[in-house]
Amino acid sequence: MERYLHIEQAGMIFETRQGAFTALRDINLEIQKGEFVTLIGHSGCGKSTLLNLIAGLTLPTSGYLFLSERQIGGPGPDRGVVFQNHSLLPWLTCFENIHLAVERVFAEKESKAQLRERTQKALEMVGLTQAAEKRPHEISGGMKQRVGIARALAMEPKVLLLDEPFGALDALTRAKLQDELMRIVAATGSTVVMVTHDVDEAVLLADRVVMMTNGPAATIGEILSIDLPRPRERLAMASEPRYLAARKAVLEFLYQKQLKAA
Amino acid sequence: MMTAPITATPEPAATPAAERSATPAVVPHPAAPTRNAAAEQAAANQRIAMRRRTEIAARIAAPLLGILVFLTAWYAISTMGSIPGPAKTWEAAKVVFGDPTYKNGPNDQGIAWKVLGSLERVGIGFGLAALVGIPLGFVIGRFLFLRNMAEPVISLLRPVSPLAWLPIGLLVFKGAAPAAIWTIFISSIWPMVINTAVGVQRVPQDYLNVARVLNLSEWKVFSKILFPAVLPYMLTGVRLSIGVAWLVIVAAEMLTGGVGLGFWVWDEWNNLKVENIIIAIFVIGIIGLALEYTLLMIAKRWQYD
Ligand SMILES: Nc1ncnc2c1ncn2[C@@H]1O[C@H](COP(=O)(O)OP(=O)(O)OP(=O)(O)O)[C@@H](O)[C@H]1O
Ligand SMILES: [Mg+2]
Repeated sequence: MERYLHIEQAGMIFETRQGAFTALRDINLEIQKGEFVTLIGHSGCGKSTLLNLIAGLTLPTSGYLFLSERQIGGPGPDRGVVFQNHSLLPWLTCFENIHLAVERVFAEKESKAQLRERTQKALEMVGLTQAAEKRPHEISGGMKQRVGIARALAMEPKVLLLDEPFGALDALTRAKLQDELMRIVAATGSTVVMVTHDVDEAVLLADRVVMMTNGPAATIGEILSIDLPRPRERLAMASEPRYLAARKAVLEFLYQKQLKAA
Repeated sequence: MMTAPITATPEPAATPAAERSATPAVVPHPAAPTRNAAAEQAAANQRIAMRRRTEIAARIAAPLLGILVFLTAWYAISTMGSIPGPAKTWEAAKVVFGDPTYKNGPNDQGIAWKVLGSLERVGIGFGLAALVGIPLGFVIGRFLFLRNMAEPVISLLRPVSPLAWLPIGLLVFKGAAPAAIWTIFISSIWPMVINTAVGVQRVPQDYLNVARVLNLSEWKVFSKILFPAVLPYMLTGVRLSIGVAWLVIVAAEMLTGGVGLGFWVWDEWNNLKVENIIIAIFVIGIIGLALEYTLLMIAKRWQYD
């Protein structure tokens, strides 16, 4: 098995006013090329922290992270990030927001026309050709999230990192975007790490669900493989025993083994 | 928070499907609007139109009333003697604005030249302040060490009255005109420095993370993220600075002379033509208002949401 995204004994200690705070410890994880991994855990356990480590936005205080055998030492366009709150630049149109990313990655090799075409394609992929010339505040929350995904995808990253990308959306929009994401990932074969706190989302989308223990000093509690064939049909899953069993296993982990002391 | 298991609690609002299909014809709800509804709509429209009319009337009436109260107070004060009233000032204004562009020698010129003279000094002093202040604000905002360095100096210099700088200007530049410009410069630079620096510090971390993830070049970070994010703050600084500059110019010109509104006020005080001083006050106020309004309009164009 080829090691692709590879995390070895990673730990993260924040310096706070109250002294050192151990957010993560002993994180060991190997993710294969083309795999879809979801990260689930209670709020504040350190999911975003782990994702930021993979993104290279923060560096671990102990341990190592590798992407295709090269140590992650900072952020880079080989890892596309979709942030928890879309993070589109409000002064640029949807098109320009994506174009900024496209330009950065492909400007050296491609002509202006090709760059524009790439941007256009990314917008098409998330079904937002109509909204190309709109500013972020002129479109809905779901559309913004889709532009965020398009921006990340347009860079053709090796790894797509998503931090609760659908967290702020209503159930219907969320379901639609989940389906869209599955279709896109199937088409592009991207490797995906996605943070979520929604059990159904975690199970429906993932090849493996990584369950994290509660913080402080959170680590990986269990890893559950979801051996369901793709494409997965939301309605069919509702009565699929293997799906239901997986869902139950995640629920048990979260609400029995890691019951949050409220 | 638990994900609630799906239980069999019936939703009270929903009609059971069986019942619905049994009585399909009795669904009058989405039928065409009746005449009654149309009438109601028309009545509502009328009410709205009425309310809008009274709102607009109030919006126009209130300022007019305010001006009326002001003129009355002015008139009342003028009856006591020393200050000319609105009527006398109006007559004087006709003379002043009757020939706005005359030139009788270097120090006796029409109102248009005075306004232009003052605007020019403000423009130069303020322009230089912007050229220095805005970049300074950017570096102070971006680098903590420079910020800590600049902070005590700025805190010390900022509260100094503008006119305290005038003698320094006279000494260094050996002339009245550059001293006035220097005074404008030094007193109007601070709001731009401070607001720009605050804006840079307030650039949301999310945007900077985007920059890091995309690995943008320094120039792209500046032009696509830093500059647009700071622009609203910067424009606030510019607006405050122009306000200060316009406040200071009158005082500076009173002391340095030359063709301008400030010196005009001083000159007319020496001639004891008080109605012209009042005209000058109005002109200064109106131009200040226009500057402020123009910059507000510009700032509005750069509001992102
Ligand atoms: N920069 C930081 N400095 C200090 N502590 C931090 C920092 N970032 C995160 N933490 C702490 O680390 C822990 C994990 O935070 P993190 O944001 O990763 O949680 P999360 O699992 O993403 O939560 P949520 O589901 O609510 O987004 C929290 O206790 C948080 O307070
Ligand atoms: Mg988080």
